[in-house]
Amino acid sequence: MPFYDKIVELQNIDTEAITESVTASQVAKLLDKSELRYEDYLALLSPVAAHMLEEIAQRAYKVTLHNFGRCILLYTPLYLADYCVNYCVYCGFNASNQIQRRKLSLPEVDLEAQEIVKTGLKHILILTGESREHSPVSYIRDCVCILRKYFSSIAIEIYPLSADEYAELIAAGVDGLTIYQEVYDEQIYSRLHPKGPKRDYRFRLEAPERAGRAGIRTINIGPLLGLGNWPREVFLAGVHAAYLQRRFPDVEVSISFPRMRPQCGDYEPEHPVSDQELVQSILALRLFLPRVGITISTRESAILRDNLIPLSVTKMSAGSSTVVGGHTDSIGGIGQFEISDNRTVDEMREVIAGHGYKPILKDWHDLT
Amino acid sequence: MDDKLKIGDAQLDSRLFVGTGKFADYKLIPEVIKASKTQVVTVALRRVDFDIPAENMLEYLSSDVIMMPNTSGARNTEEAVKIARIARAASGSNWVKIEVISDQKYLLPDNFETIKAVEILAKEGFVVLPYMSPDLMAAKHMVDAGAAAIMPLGAPIGTNRGLKTRELVKVLIAEIDLPIIVDAGIGRPSEAAEAMEMGCAAVLVNTAIATADDPVLMAEAFGQAVESGRKAFLSGPGATAELAKASSPLTGFLRNE
Repeated sequence: MPFYDKIVELQNIDTEAITESVTASQVAKLLDKSELRYEDYLALLSPVAAHMLEEIAQRAYKVTLHNFGRCILLYTPLYLADYCVNYCVYCGFNASNQIQRRKLSLPEVDLEAQEIVKTGLKHILILTGESREHSPVSYIRDCVCILRKYFSSIAIEIYPLSADEYAELIAAGVDGLTIYQEVYDEQIYSRLHPKGPKRDYRFRLEAPERAGRAGIRTINIGPLLGLGNWPREVFLAGVHAAYLQRRFPDVEVSISFPRMRPQCGDYEPEHPVSDQELVQSILALRLFLPRVGITISTRESAILRDNLIPLSVTKMSAGSSTVVGGHTDSIGGIGQFEISDNRTVDEMREVIAGHGYKPILKDWHDLT
Repeated sequence: MDDKLKIGDAQLDSRLFVGTGKFADYKLIPEVIKASKTQVVTVALRRVDFDIPAENMLEYLSSDVIMMPNTSGARNTEEAVKIARIARAASGSNWVKIEVISDQKYLLPDNFETIKAVEILAKEGFVVLPYMSPDLMAAKHMVDAGAAAIMPLGAPIGTNRGLKTRELVKVLIAEIDLPIIVDAGIGRPSEAAEAMEMGCAAVLVNTAIATADDPVLMAEAFGQAVESGRKAFLSGPGATAELAKASSPLTGFLRNE
């Protein structure tokens, strides 16, 4: 069953009514179970579970330790282009925003790579806005061919592609896909994406499946927290990850819980998510899917990120810039959103080591 | 007493193999090796960073231990073979632990793909130790394909659940002429000792050491447990009896004849 059909079924579940009815003893029992079901996961996202975060955190810590050890993988984003034809009301790259747009030339990509590689990072995430005119698949492929000289793992966070296009980029050296559904609630999705190809909810939702069929190694998905009701969004994202794990058992699946950050434009999140709610989401997911990676980006503050290190996180970005050319330019530009944790890769490595964890710079060896 | 473990050309005194994943600090690894007295250390090529000495695991291994690269991350035969070749070229070691995992949830090995990889790599002169789900027929195929030892799992990787596959591993010990090395699942030194008492040739431990509060002390404990278990196996433990000897035996009358 394609995930779209599954989500249509799940849309009818009244997650709020279910979470409201959860009791403390129900949550306490879950903490002894080795395999959690959908309803258990939902129970961990309940208001009652919010009062039991310490117990849940202790369990999540152990589960993560067994599955991943004391290791945090570091990567950095590289923005290739910010041309975009979409009108996502919450995004700084929205086509209606009158900002200076830019696309890196191939020599500029090389320079950015040289700058990033000095930090020791071997994992890179490349991003573009959605513009098949300015940043077509052929351009992204050419960039990948340059980046392969410097990095052992290249992931893409770009517009959704066809399976053949994913296969083309995988053949060129891409091993990871990051794609956020933004909001799983289809009605809200439709409202927040009024125009442009991104209006196609289903094409975006099933992008990970197409990449999985094309042979991608890692898939990172997530909801953009702030757009929809958080327990419901976190629940659906977890179910999506479980679906991908089952359908593509050889793919390493991970989840991010990015929260809305201030950006160019005037959108205010309708459902702001607190630190405590973010932590509850991460812990619930860890117990539901012990083997799934959890990514925390520099959208979050330094102090929160430091505290999240032992709380189930497995991957962090560092030395980030959301500006095209941001790793080499001193001119600056408009970023997609504001970075909250501005520490360098070296500083992050020290912080992670200081918490008794190993910052991992390389976790894949390019075989292509 | 000469009780060497023979694998390939190597004659080993220690029967504990140690994995290097999941450690919070690579600097612990030399101490773990010393405390455990291990002579075989496995390293995932995917984690070896050849560009930064401090991040290059191989820099932490002394020349008197055998470095056994593993093919962690391989999803099929082809990837395992590629990883093994790159690892040999980079490290100079011709040992390889084949790990083909196409299930990221339980991390269970793919025996079928593993057998094919054993065959290719053994022909290329590798000392091949395949990680596998304990299945007798698969193990026999691996023997025929040229494996140097067989490494069945005790429980899924990282679970620390112990020898859940005990009965199946016993069959391998009884029927396979190569060394049987339990890899994965061993969570406590007592479980390592149990595997050795059963007749396993060695055990491989990673998570249980790497995630202990004091990994170096735990490494020492595992080293001692493996040694004890081996001695117990060699000394032939007395048989256990389920019941006390009956005072009115049913066959006692036969002695009167």
